[in-house]
Amino acid sequence: MSTGQFAKGLAGGRLSPEQYAENFSDLHQPFTEHEARVEADRCYFCYDAPCMTACPTSIDIPLFIRQISTDNPLGSAKTIFDQNILGGMCARVCPTETLCEEVCVREVAEGKPVQIGRLQRYATDTAMSRGVQFYERAPSTGKRVAVVGGGPAGLACAHRLAMHGHAVTVFEAREKPGGLNEYGIAAYKSTHDFAQGEVDYVTAIGGIAIETGKVLGRDIALSELAADYDAVFLGMGLGGVNALGALGEDGAANAVDFIAELRQSSDLSALEVGRRVVVIGGGMTAVDAAVQAKLLGAEEVTICYRRGQGHMNASRFEQDLAAAKGVTIRHWLAPRAVRVEGGSVTGIELEYTRLEGTTLVGTGETLVLDADQVFKAIGQSFVAAGLNGSGEMIATESGRIRVDERGRTSMRGVWAGGDCVSGGEDLTVEAVAAGRDAAESIHRTLSGGGIDG
Amino acid sequence: MADLSNRFAGIKSPNPFWLASAPPTDKAYNVERAFKAGWGGVVWKTLGEEGPPVVNVNGPRYGAIWGADRRLLGLNNIELITDRALQTNLREIKQIKRDWPDRAVVVSIMVPCEEESWKAILPLVEETGADGIELNFGCPHGMSERGMGSAVGQVPEYVEMVARWCKQYSRMPVITKLTPNITDIRKPARAAFAGGSDAVSLINTINSITAVNIDTFSPEPSIDGKGSHGGYCGPAVKPIAMSMVSEIARDAEMRGKPISGIGGVTTWRDAVEFMALGAGNVQVCTAAMTYGFRIVEEMISGLSAYMDEKGFASLDDIIGRAVPNVTDWQYLNLNYVTKARINQDLCISCGRCHIACEDTSHQAITSSVDGKRMFMVKDDECVGCNLCVNVCPVEDCITMEPLAAGALDERTGQRVPDRYANWTTHPNNPMARVNEPAE
Repeated sequence: MSTGQFAKGLAGGRLSPEQYAENFSDLHQPFTEHEARVEADRCYFCYDAPCMTACPTSIDIPLFIRQISTDNPLGSAKTIFDQNILGGMCARVCPTETLCEEVCVREVAEGKPVQIGRLQRYATDTAMSRGVQFYERAPSTGKRVAVVGGGPAGLACAHRLAMHGHAVTVFEAREKPGGLNEYGIAAYKSTHDFAQGEVDYVTAIGGIAIETGKVLGRDIALSELAADYDAVFLGMGLGGVNALGALGEDGAANAVDFIAELRQSSDLSALEVGRRVVVIGGGMTAVDAAVQAKLLGAEEVTICYRRGQGHMNASRFEQDLAAAKGVTIRHWLAPRAVRVEGGSVTGIELEYTRLEGTTLVGTGETLVLDADQVFKAIGQSFVAAGLNGSGEMIATESGRIRVDERGRTSMRGVWAGGDCVSGGEDLTVEAVAAGRDAAESIHRTLSGGGIDG
Repeated sequence: MADLSNRFAGIKSPNPFWLASAPPTDKAYNVERAFKAGWGGVVWKTLGEEGPPVVNVNGPRYGAIWGADRRLLGLNNIELITDRALQTNLREIKQIKRDWPDRAVVVSIMVPCEEESWKAILPLVEETGADGIELNFGCPHGMSERGMGSAVGQVPEYVEMVARWCKQYSRMPVITKLTPNITDIRKPARAAFAGGSDAVSLINTINSITAVNIDTFSPEPSIDGKGSHGGYCGPAVKPIAMSMVSEIARDAEMRGKPISGIGGVTTWRDAVEFMALGAGNVQVCTAAMTYGFRIVEEMISGLSAYMDEKGFASLDDIIGRAVPNVTDWQYLNLNYVTKARINQDLCISCGRCHIACEDTSHQAITSSVDGKRMFMVKDDECVGCNLCVNVCPVEDCITMEPLAAGALDERTGQRVPDRYANWTTHPNNPMARVNEPAE
């Protein structure tokens, strides 16, 4: 029986320690000082810059880049953090190719945008590695706010509330705060435990207590929080995983669990991965899972998506990244049955699909791909169960919490933001904006009502 | 192929590219390499009088300013004239001239402003067989504190006097190198010719401090925490140098006199521009110090291709060709009306033209049209200043288009007149020369 890289079925230790280290190092190397200045010089300092408009947190991108070019990386970092306290992580995980860099005038002009994401990382890394803090807490207001969920939305909200002098308690369901930053993104996008370092950097402002292992609906109840605190912010993200609706569903693993396990692993060689892996889905999660399976030493990794390339939620950059890492992406294939023999996955049966008008239909023709491991990555869902028992129901829409333009839910004194809220594209940077803006709304309310009261 | 051969103040060289008197021409080793690379001539680094060698600082001699990718834009130096023994230099000059008879070898000289000093050194230089001498009246640092270099160049009477000595005690062609650290470059130039100089060369370097270290507060280059103004050169000084060359070229007293153009010449195009403004040849230093001697290959091939394309047979077709077009402001045509035009197909919508015009000029460019991001010139506000063209990052995206005679200038509400008219006859000019009717 083969061992090592070509071991059959699920196996760990497919690669050498050096290969694991190499495969999971930084996707993009950080800029050196000189590289950053040269790249910054490419920025035209546009008037009413399109990049700034495209940024969900409205970072003043031309200004922060100009600050880099004038050897003022700390000023640059402050420009970023003023709008986005998680600017360090966003610099790593933002799909800049569909946001700021997509509309950069140099992308329009020459197909080579200013590398805004990498420049943002340069500035924020400089400030964070030196431990420079730009914000001080305002004098205590005596008000207490509960934040449910320690992910990007919750952290951004907590930081802004703390700045305004409110006392914040963050309730996090998992063992560590950080949310998807800690558990939900590919390891090569956040190396050296950056997510926890960022949590420490954000909470260093003071006035933020984090209680981990606290699940809403199990350990804490919304009604109690609403009663005990002056305001509540809900930013618990998406707890559920969409089902394949295929036979043998149980044989398929959740891509999000695989990604989380990988991120928490201290020994990548201990992680088992199939020799042949199939990932069902077409978004970032599918790409993150597929690429990392490949990087763990899987021989064949195939993403199967039920629609065409142009329909994939994963950006073209992500698709190209997957292809470059050796992942095969196949389109117009929908899962029909996960094949399991003797408790082990042996393959997956898929049906070809096509569009009839706007409706996706199966063609009746099928295909079987041999696989030792099948991941499902066809989206996540909001689990409303935790809200139950809150006495007063919170209105939802499209299966997620409904909020108004200030982040207020239908329940008085309760705000929400991030992936658990309907609308948007479930991006980290959108969650940060939502958390920040909800904090401002909460602050206005706690400071004396006004329009948000 | 065009003929690049050059005859400057009686000195022949195969092309008009000389290396200026500076570190690249301090010794036979460098000059040999330069000639192998193809340089048409050299001006040997300045010789001083016989005696104890010149002493240079032992710390940094150069300061610089750079573009973002460390492209060297301007260089300054506090190096003095040659610090090698006079006899060594003379021996090497003689040998080089013997080995490279077709190349121009000119020797730069700087000795105290006394007749005896010049009288002593001139025969020694002449004996080498050098093609000519260049009087260093330009160095702004160090030697000027001892009454030499720019200290001479800044006093036209001294310039004339020394030039006269040189013509009196030598048969060699005399080129007087001028300092730009003066208000009116024509004064020392006229003095040089009055003293018998065969030619002038300019510019020498400009007084400068390239940077201040804002941690130690020492000027750069820093010598143990202190700095001294040095001579500035390189691409940054080219516009200043070209203006000074043109001032001499179009001066009534000096029209047609040989000028060797110096100051930021980096490419063949720079050389063409200098020559068009009246320079008979060019001297190069910083570009060679930045990239090495091989750049002359590009210069030769670029100049040659340009001349072929234009059908120019010799350098005489270029030299001075732009001089008639250099004039005083008062003679510029006030009836030449231009408007900026933005090519929307080329526009990348950076908005720099808008904000430059809006914040700092004439509010003549939109930022949106019908609610859409779009940059268009408002002809009723545009004064034709050209700022938008200069700040636009896309070449040829914005152009200045002249209005035809008879067209309406929406800004003034006037039709563009069909004739040339300048300030000297403008009604707003209290000094306007009114053409009195004949009696």
